[in-house]
Amino acid sequence: MTDTFEIRDLHVSVEDKPILKGVNLVVPKGQVHALMGPNGSGKSTLANTILGHPKYTVTRGDIRMKGESILEWDTDERARRGLFLAFQYPCEVPGVRVSNFLRMACNARAGRELDVMEFYEKLEEKMKKLDMDERWVKRYLNEGFSGGEKKRNEILQMLMLEPEFAVMDETDSGLDIDALKIVAHGVNELRGPNIGILIITHYERILRYIQPDAVHILVDGRIVKSGDADLATHLEQHGYDWITKEVVA
Amino acid sequence: MSTPVTELLRSHYKEGFHDDLPIVRAVPKGLKHEVVDYISDVKGEPDWMREFRHRSLDLFLKQGLPDWLPGLRDEIDYNEITYYVSPVEKPQRRWEDVPEEIRRTYDKLGIAKEEQKLLGGLGAQIDSEMAYHNIQESLAKRGVVFLSCDEGLKQYPDLFREYFSKAIPPEDNKFAALNSAFWSGGSFVYIPKGVKCDIPLSVYFRINAEQFGQFERTLIIVDEDAFCHYVEGCSAPIYTTNSLHAAVVEIFVKNRARCRYTTIQNWSTDVYNLVTKRAMLYERAVMEWVDGNLGSKRTVKYPSCYFLGEGGHGEVLSLASADRGMWQDAGAKMVFMAPNCTGRINSKSISGRTGRASYRGLVQVRPEATNCRVQVNCDALILDEQSRSDTYPVMEIKGDLATVEHEASVSNVSEEQLFYLMSRGIKKEDAVSMIVNGFIEPIVKELPMEFAVEINRLINLQMEGSVG
Repeated sequence: MTDTFEIRDLHVSVEDKPILKGVNLVVPKGQVHALMGPNGSGKSTLANTILGHPKYTVTRGDIRMKGESILEWDTDERARRGLFLAFQYPCEVPGVRVSNFLRMACNARAGRELDVMEFYEKLEEKMKKLDMDERWVKRYLNEGFSGGEKKRNEILQMLMLEPEFAVMDETDSGLDIDALKIVAHGVNELRGPNIGILIITHYERILRYIQPDAVHILVDGRIVKSGDADLATHLEQHGYDWITKEVVA
Repeated sequence: MSTPVTELLRSHYKEGFHDDLPIVRAVPKGLKHEVVDYISDVKGEPDWMREFRHRSLDLFLKQGLPDWLPGLRDEIDYNEITYYVSPVEKPQRRWEDVPEEIRRTYDKLGIAKEEQKLLGGLGAQIDSEMAYHNIQESLAKRGVVFLSCDEGLKQYPDLFREYFSKAIPPEDNKFAALNSAFWSGGSFVYIPKGVKCDIPLSVYFRINAEQFGQFERTLIIVDEDAFCHYVEGCSAPIYTTNSLHAAVVEIFVKNRARCRYTTIQNWSTDVYNLVTKRAMLYERAVMEWVDGNLGSKRTVKYPSCYFLGEGGHGEVLSLASADRGMWQDAGAKMVFMAPNCTGRINSKSISGRTGRASYRGLVQVRPEATNCRVQVNCDALILDEQSRSDTYPVMEIKGDLATVEHEASVSNVSEEQLFYLMSRGIKKEDAVSMIVNGFIEPIVKELPMEFAVEINRLINLQMEGSVG
């Protein structure tokens, strides 16, 4: 049970307003879980809390990685220990080149200065997988990127950093079908026994390309239903209404 | 005696050491006409220069500070300053001939002989005089003149007199008058017609003496169709008293010529840096000021372009970083006096740890300057709530068909940017450094490689411990 990413009875507030009200979730390594839910259910709050965004306050419960609580760790330490978040809205950092940023990040993750040649060889290989040309890394980080480019850039970072547990926050939103396929290809590439992935999404669409091992439904700050991939298909056909009703009843 | 604060500053400012150098010549402190005579005697100057100096001292004593300039009124005690100190006899043309103690100072600053290989010429001024001044043989053969300003007056008296003080007369402002009275050192540069001097000429200014005033004077003439890149750097020890640096730089860019002047100012926070820099642009001339201000207690400096001939182009790239104990009052001035000229001012400032940065700019389009275009961009980055940034842009547009654009922005290091970078394992301090270096990148990428590296190093030092 130690090689898991575990959320226990998690309560989170934003400016004293409770958003998450007791979330329980276990993602073992080697699995892909999907977290679905209507707008405002607390999906992004969960994603940001996992990486320790200062705006979100954990009022109760715990988040544990490989048996250790991560709540006392700063954001950068969580990342160095193998957590990753693919942002829903990656922010722009003007004047910082993608290549420099990635090198800093990879060095931080490795805990040492990586060989420059080795780094660039790996970068080139990952970029090919995501259908990026060499000009990509000379651009400034997310500056002037289209919505789709920003999302692909998140996946590039994920492939480079090789996290142990990754959260993908609505990576599929705003992507056209071709970009979605590229992103899914990247994720499937990374998928394997050494990583656990939590895909947060509003729509079932991405799950057609990345088969989840389990699906959880978040409503009003709680996980109200868990199941296999069929649950997502059911949601797609019937919407969130039936589940909200079921919960209320 | 140094206080703990002085020690702290020293740990961040590696140039803050001072050396006990033998003094070859010095004057008693204070503003005196006898000092002017002493300087003129030592330098063996012609009478017109001696008279010019005396007249300038009178002007300084009479002149007040401009109304728009805040502070400085009671801050500097001019009678506690020493106006001439020289640890060297005369400038040497061979590095081996420079006194050993001074060579050691420059070694510590990393301005070693080796660096010359990248440069067309190198000058090294310590206190009032140049210790070393030399130019590569190949450039000298093409007629390029690169001398200390004093040598320029001796060797090219007519050319010197034709241009000296014509861009910045002592009447221009109080500190120009002060410089005109006590000037010593600096460079005299002449680039003959059509000669492209594409490797930089570089000068390093070092203050070593305490409570001292350095008044170098630089005169650059880039003749028709010629090109020149001049680069200067500077530093000073950390004392508990103040020093003064009031330079005057005059540049004449003749028809179709181009000049680029790059400054990396890194004075200690004891130094008042009050500098007048002005370029005169003739027909279709191009002038580029790259002005980096990273040190000093107070900087007052607005590199200027005066467009005398039609079709000229002027640029000022201004970069200011105001750390604890600093006030960078930097900016630019563009005066259009001829038609069809264009100008661009791009200013970026950072203030942190109670530092203060101000952009002050003047764009003046005179009635005769029709169809001119000017673009002003100033961006400020404020790192914490204790720090301050101001913008004082003045536009006086009298010429027809002028296009003037002004854009300004103020930003902070945003929580979202920090979170994003930290979520990739980057430590908070490094993340702030990254954001700041990214902010100045558009200006830094204009610099020669060695200087870009130096700027990034200095900025990173200032970022150390700047976030909680």
